[in-house]
This record gives sequence, structure tokens and C-alpha cells, in this order.
Amino acid sequence: MTAATTNPETAPSPTAWRLAWFAALALSVGLYLLADRLPWARPYPKDWQVPFIGWIGAAAQWSIAVFFDFTRAISAVLRAPIEFSISALGRGFAIDNGETTISLTPLSWVGIIAAVTIVCHRYGGARLALLGGLCFLFIAVTGQWESAMRTLALIVNCVPLGIVGGLFLGIVGYKWPRLNRAVIVPAMDLGQAVPAFAYLVPMLMLFGNNPVSAMLATLIYATPPMVRNTTLALSLVEDEIKDFGHMVGCTRRQHLWRIMVPSARQQLMVGVNQVINAALNMVIVASMIGAGGLGYDVLLALRSLKVGAAIEAGMAMVALAIVLDRLSQAMAAHNPAMLVPGRAFWARHPHFLAAGAVLAITSLLSPLLPALSTVPETMTVTAAPLLDSFVRAVVIASYDIIDAIKVFFQVYALKPFRNFLLTLPWPIVLGLVSMAGWRLGGLRLALLVAGLTLFCMVTGLWEKSVWTIYLVGISTIISCLIGVPLGVWSARNETANRVLTVVVDMLQTFPLFVYLIPAVMLLGVGDVAAMLGIVLYALTPAIRYTNEGIRQVPAALVEAAVAAGCTRGQILWRVQFPLALPVIMLGINQVVMFALAMDIIAAMIGTRDLGQEIFKALSKADPGLGIVAGLAVAAIGMVVDRLLRAWSENVRRRYGLA
Amino acid sequence: MSTTPPAKTTAPTSGQHDSRPVKIACRNVWKIFGRGADEYLRAYANPGHDDLTNAGFVGAVRAASIEVRRGEIFVIMGLSGSGKSTLVRCLSRLIEPTSGEVLFDGHDLLKATERELIDIRRHKMGMVFQHFALLPHLTVLGNVAFPLEIQGVGRAAREQRAREIIELVGLKGRELYFPRQLSGGQQQRVGIARSLAVEPELWFLDEPFSALDPLIRREMQDEFMRLQNVLHKTIVFITHDFDEAIRLADHIAIMKDGEIIQIGTPEELVMQPATDYVREFTREVHQAKVVTARALMRPTSTGASHAGRVPANARVHSFAADIVGADAPFAVTSDDGTVLGEVCREDVIGVLAGRRARS
Repeated sequence: MTAATTNPETAPSPTAWRLAWFAALALSVGLYLLADRLPWARPYPKDWQVPFIGWIGAAAQWSIAVFFDFTRAISAVLRAPIEFSISALGRGFAIDNGETTISLTPLSWVGIIAAVTIVCHRYGGARLALLGGLCFLFIAVTGQWESAMRTLALIVNCVPLGIVGGLFLGIVGYKWPRLNRAVIVPAMDLGQAVPAFAYLVPMLMLFGNNPVSAMLATLIYATPPMVRNTTLALSLVEDEIKDFGHMVGCTRRQHLWRIMVPSARQQLMVGVNQVINAALNMVIVASMIGAGGLGYDVLLALRSLKVGAAIEAGMAMVALAIVLDRLSQAMAAHNPAMLVPGRAFWARHPHFLAAGAVLAITSLLSPLLPALSTVPETMTVTAAPLLDSFVRAVVIASYDIIDAIKVFFQVYALKPFRNFLLTLPWPIVLGLVSMAGWRLGGLRLALLVAGLTLFCMVTGLWEKSVWTIYLVGISTIISCLIGVPLGVWSARNETANRVLTVVVDMLQTFPLFVYLIPAVMLLGVGDVAAMLGIVLYALTPAIRYTNEGIRQVPAALVEAAVAAGCTRGQILWRVQFPLALPVIMLGINQVVMFALAMDIIAAMIGTRDLGQEIFKALSKADPGLGIVAGLAVAAIGMVVDRLLRAWSENVRRRYGLA
Repeated sequence: MSTTPPAKTTAPTSGQHDSRPVKIACRNVWKIFGRGADEYLRAYANPGHDDLTNAGFVGAVRAASIEVRRGEIFVIMGLSGSGKSTLVRCLSRLIEPTSGEVLFDGHDLLKATERELIDIRRHKMGMVFQHFALLPHLTVLGNVAFPLEIQGVGRAAREQRAREIIELVGLKGRELYFPRQLSGGQQQRVGIARSLAVEPELWFLDEPFSALDPLIRREMQDEFMRLQNVLHKTIVFITHDFDEAIRLADHIAIMKDGEIIQIGTPEELVMQPATDYVREFTREVHQAKVVTARALMRPTSTGASHAGRVPANARVHSFAADIVGADAPFAVTSDDGTVLGEVCREDVIGVLAGRRARS
């Protein structure tokens, strides 16, 4: 099996590799020590930079000037349904009739809560109904109904577009695998690797500061999972089912829509669920370019360090996210044992009828009963002042401890690591990364990772990139130090597994913004706070993949180890862990990707890296800087991703698992 | 030291079927997987299994020729990887053969346009799959009616037809269940019903019972024979189970490494295996289950009395108990009742004792 990993004709033997690594390390140490005498080694020389930022900025300005009318027209068209749903769900309508303005009430909040509860009950029984009803009631009672409905309105518009677009692209990708490999997959990778903030700038300039740009930015971010899942789902359809379709004489169109798509339903629904979660996440980020809603509330509160208000809006986000996620999951898992006879849609779906009726009746009554149209002020409570003083009390009480921890991290972990990275001459980084690429995936991978690394250098953003690498690197290490042991624990202990699964599922539905709140609350602004936010968010894949990796080890192998008289420790270290390593590496890969995504958001609480550049670009409306900094983040992510994946593949192949 | 003299001087052939027209046939069909297989096959006329492997190809089907006559059950038998599934997919053109001819009712199927092919499949072919291939989102009724729905048959008509067939396969009352609610045997009944919904002339069964437990398999084989006695379809049946093959087949083609190594009736394969490989399969087969009365038949001695009558194609195990207890030979009769010869108790006992009836 090892023969397959390295081609004996082109790749040196293991001994040669060892020598090569030794030489490279020696060279690196030498260069590091001599760096002071070599002015070109550190920092990256200015003369060797390529003014990508200027070029892209100019190109963006030009295309904005050329396409302005066109994009604004699109904006106007898309704006109508969005504004309509915002009005219908929460804001109410104001129809300008020349002199007088007729105002219509929105759908009744009571009706919406009831309808959500009924639909939840249909797909998830009493438990989900209770969850859905209470979450929406919570949003109403804490006085965040209109913000939440604004967020929901954008999601309601985004999700169908993302699903249809993703399904279409996924089908194209499945039918033309070459096009898929050459265009679609790289484009999807880029769409997800470039931090969302980076494309907010051009969106803002093309479509204006309004919900439409927010929606389009959200689509760029939320469609890729649907595309991937569609291609995957279609390729997972059994050959026999495809053969069956041909044998009954389906035309091509029938084969696709009557055989392939319905048979792939289960996996497609996974995609739908991911689109919903991604859309929610991104709509909140896009609050910065006019989406408004809960994200904007959190943003405002964080900017003015009103922790209590931020927590409240954050909790509303979480409530919304949980309901949407659980409901879409329940819908995906919904598998009736028998078809209920009867043809009429309403007869087969009485719950939809009931939900619609409740909504209609309450909404029609709401002009007469104002309490039905908007949440009455007397009903709402806000805990924000209370939370504020509570947090203040906690922080003051534990200031010494928190400060000690903060200083400890600063002095003994963050600063030395950062200084080391910042003083590392760039040729060393380039050389070692390329060598790793060559070792793991041959010349092609080496060229790819070298090119991506070089991109970060020649754009003049190398120093900022190093700051990013430092913060993401240290957060990744800490996340793995916490997450991997937790994953091992939950793989070997059923109680721990149950608890951690619930916690991890929960954490994964939280929108990114939410993680900043405890960080700011406890640590204020700065690198340590950013690190805490990143670790909280990036922890989950480490736990999950480690758990899954160990559980995937064939039971027969573990039994064989038990039969051979291994202790529990030996089973873990000699059998389970090595075999789970490829999966764990993929988990660490995800940790890095999560950390990168969060790192950019963390720019809001004061970091000095690429995220801050993007943030700056956003406030200065500088598309060149925004895009190039975004691409640099994507480049870092892709280098790590390709190297770790190649490594994981190699190990899998060596074990004969691939 | 056989005491039984040969009843017939020539080997039994499939001569008695010759009157029936050929429903589907293939001539010198090749299917080679790998890039550039076309050119390779043109350059080297008749490459062997090892030649292909060494050239980096997979020779899934090599120079296969078969003829399936109307109303017969033609079984293609081979172990996994022998190419039997690929061959049947070449016959139905689910896989495009690398070279060769496939004749359906005398027309070359490989020259049919997409539209013609769709038409042939819609109305003349049916297929049953090893893992059932039921559509998960449709009920039993929906699955069975699906081939008709694809053709554009109206709801009332197709559902009525579907209900009839569901009843025929013994699933009445389960029409509104989804496939996942059914046992494996029941799911395959749905698969069978679905393939019969369009009343196909040619019925492909790709290892239909292999995924089932032995007892259920047995039951389904009986059920299948019962259906065939009613329907008289032309059947191409794939299996890796030699017992199943001899139980069901009129003719068997044995495949190994993509090549057909012998075609014959079950009796011929057991009595005259072409190679050691075939002999290996037939070694454990009880002769009484394959040898027919015709094979043991001697000319009628004048004036002899007969204790009973058996059709010429009856297999020995079906009348062995009767003839062993009788004191006179049985008359062997053709389909229309004329006496062709007689079969003696000693010959039957010889077969039961496992003696090779013929060298």
C-alpha cells in the first residue's frame, strides 16, 4: 500500500527525505540567525511587492462605474420581495397615497408564534413544539420581535434562492464532472474561504447599503453547501436505481427529476439545513451593510460595550437559530411509514391549514386589537440593565484572577509566539511550506502552496498575514489541546458523549457574533479576548471529529486488541488513536477553518491582522484592500487545508483505508 | 462398469427448442473498461484475459455470444467479477459494449436511437434488481405504477393495473406502505411487480434473490416459477448460485473472467462439463435433479406393458419414487402424448446412486 503514496521514480526515498528535512532545518536556523545581516530576509522587501491592491481597487472602481445602473436595477427588483416580507413579518406596511399614508399592520405576532408552534408539532411532536413556541415567545417578550422578524424576513428570501441555485449548480457539477473540478469546486472553495467581510465591500458599492446587498452576500456564503451536497447526493444514488430509471425508459429530464433528485432527498435535506444555518450566520454578519435586524443590535451593543444588551440580542439570535435548525432537521428526518390516503393537499396536511387559519384570523383582528399586531410594551421585559450590573459585578469581583490569566497568556504564550513568527524571515516560511507540499502531494501541491504563500507576501500584507497566522495558530493549538481530549473522552464514555453531543450541536447553531459577547464581557478588547472568542467557536470540530474518528475504528480491531490482552490505555494509544488520526487531522483542519472565520469577526474587538485590514476597507469603502486582504485570508486557509488533507489522505492510504 | 447402455447415441441438444424464434441474442460482444479500449480491440483481434490485464484494461465481457429463445429461461451463471452483470447490461444497453452486436427481435439494439431505445425499454423490457432499486419516496403503489406513469398513462388506469399486479405477487393490502416498511422478500415482490407492470416481452432478472435469506429465496424461486407458468415471459436470469441456476433454467451460460465457457441445458452441464471449472460446480449437484426422462429413454420393447407415463422433459427426481416402487418401465411421452420410448427402474436407480449415466 505504501507504494501508492509516493512515486518511486520522482520522489526521493525516505532516507533522502530525512536528509532533505535536516538540511532545510539547518538552513532555516542559519538564515534565522543571520537575518539581521540580510536586509531582504526580514521584513519582506517593499520593492518586491506587486501592487495588487491598487490594481484590484481600480478594476473594482471601473466595474462599479460601468455596471452601476445595472446593479442598482437588480437591487431595485430584488428589493421589492425583501421589503414586502420585512413589512409582512414585523414592520407593517406604510402605503404612500399622495397626501395620506395608509398603514397596515403586519402579520400578528401571536399568529406567527402559534403557526410556528403548530408546524413544529407536526414535524417534531410536543417537544419541538414547546421549543419553537418558547423560543419565539422569548424573542417577543424581550422586546426584540421586530429585529428578529427583520432577520427572519431576509432568511425567508435567501433560503429558497440558495436552495434552487445550489441545486442547479450541483446538478451541473454532477453532470459535467470536469467542469465541476475545474470551475465549480474551486469557486465554492473560494466563496467559503474568503471571509464574508471581504465581499461585503464590493457588494456595498455595487448594490448599496441596503438589505439587497446583505442578501446577495448571504447567498454567496450560503449556497456552496447546497451545491456540494447536491453533487454528493446525486453521486450517492445507487447504480441500480439509475439503471432502473433507464430501464423503464425515462427521458433525460424524467431521469433527473423523477429518479435522481427524489432518491437523493435525504442528503439534499442536509444541504438545505446547512443553507439555513449559513444564511442565518451570514445575515447577521451582513447587518453591517444594511441588513439590520438582530445582528445590527449586537453590533451596536458591542461597539458601545453594552454587554447586557448584546447578551439579550445574542440570546434572541440563538433562539431563532435553534428553532430554524431543529425544525429543518426534523423536516429532513420526517419519514412517514404509510401514505395517508386522500388526495387534497389540505386534507393531507391539516397542520398547514390550522397554521394558516390562526395566522389569518389573528392578523385580520389585529387592526382592532393593537395587542395582536405589535408586542405590547407592558408585556416586554428587558434584563439588559440587570445583566450589565451582574456582569460588572462578576468582572469586578474576579478582576484579579481574570487579569492574572490574561497577563499570563499575554506574556508567556501570545507574545513569545508572536515575536518568533514576526522575526521569522519570509524565505524560511516559503521554503518549509513548499517542502511540506512536495513531500505530501508532489510537485503540484508544492507549487500551489508556494504560490498561495507568495501571494500573501507580494501583496504587501505579509506582516498582517503573520498576525493572522499567530492568532489563528495559537487558538488552534489551544482548541485542540482542549477539544481532542474531550473528543477521546466522549468516544469512550457514553454519558460524556450524550452531554457533549448536545453541547456541540448547540454551539454549532450559534451565530459567530455570539462568541464575541463572553469574550468582551470577561476580557474587554484585545488579542486575549479575540483568542477566547476564536477558541470557543473553533473547539467544536476538534471534539466532533475526534469522537467520530475513534468511533469509526472497526469494532473487530478493538476486539482483537482486547483479545490480545491490551489494557484500555494500550487500546487507545496503539489501536484507536493511530487509526483515527486521519479523521482527527480533518477535524484539526476544520478547527483552522473555523478559527480563520472567527478571527476576521474578532477584528471588531481589536486585533491587528488581516481581519482588521478588511474591517478598515469596509469603513473606508476600499474594495481593493478588502478583496486582497480577503484573498490573503483565503490563501492561508487553503495552504493549511491542502496540506492537512494531503497528509490525512497519505495516512489513510498507508493504512489501506482509502 | 455401467450396466446402463447409452439410451441415445448423440448427446442431447437444445434441438427441441429450435422452432421458437430468437428473442434476444448477442454476437461476439466485448466490453473492455479503460481508456483507449476501442483502439486496442481493433489492433488485437482476440486478446485473452491476461493480455488485457497486462495492457491495463479490464476485460469485463469477452467475445460473448448467446441466443435466448422466446419463452425460455436463460440463466447466466458466474461468480462475482465474472462479467455476468456487465453482459446483461450490454444486452439491455445500460452499458455500451465495446464491440459486437445485440439483436433484439432481429434488430440491432446498438443502432437504435435514444428515442427508439426509450420506446423499447418502456414497452418491451422489464428488469428486476439485486438490491430491489425501489424509489424510497414512493409507496408500493407508486413504485409499481411508476413505469406506466413515465409513459404518461393516466392515474386511474395505471393505478388499476398496479393494483392487479400487486395482488398477483401477493402484496394486496400493502399498497400504501413505503418500501422501507417491508421485508426484503416483500420488497423484491414489489420489484417484480413493478417490472411486470408494462407487460414486458423480455424480462431481465439481475440476481433477484441473492440478497434474501435462504428460506425466503427458496420461497421466491417457487413464486417465480409459478408466475412464469402463468406469464411465459422470455427471461434472462443472472445468478451466482448454481443450484438456483439448475432449478430454474432451460439453458445456462457459465461465465468466468468475462468469457462464456459453456452454454447448455442443466443436464448437459452436469453430464458433460466442458472444463474442470464447470465440473467443479456440478460435482455436488444431485443428478436426479437435472437428468430428464429423455436422457434415460430406451426404445420401447415390443409388447411391453408400462406402469406409468412421464413427459420427456420431466426430471428424474420428480418420478423416481413412483418408478422405483413400480414393477414395469414407464412410458416417456412427448408434449402431445405420443410415446417416444420407455424408462427403466434400473437406470433411475443408477442416477439416484450417483452413477454417471453416460461417459
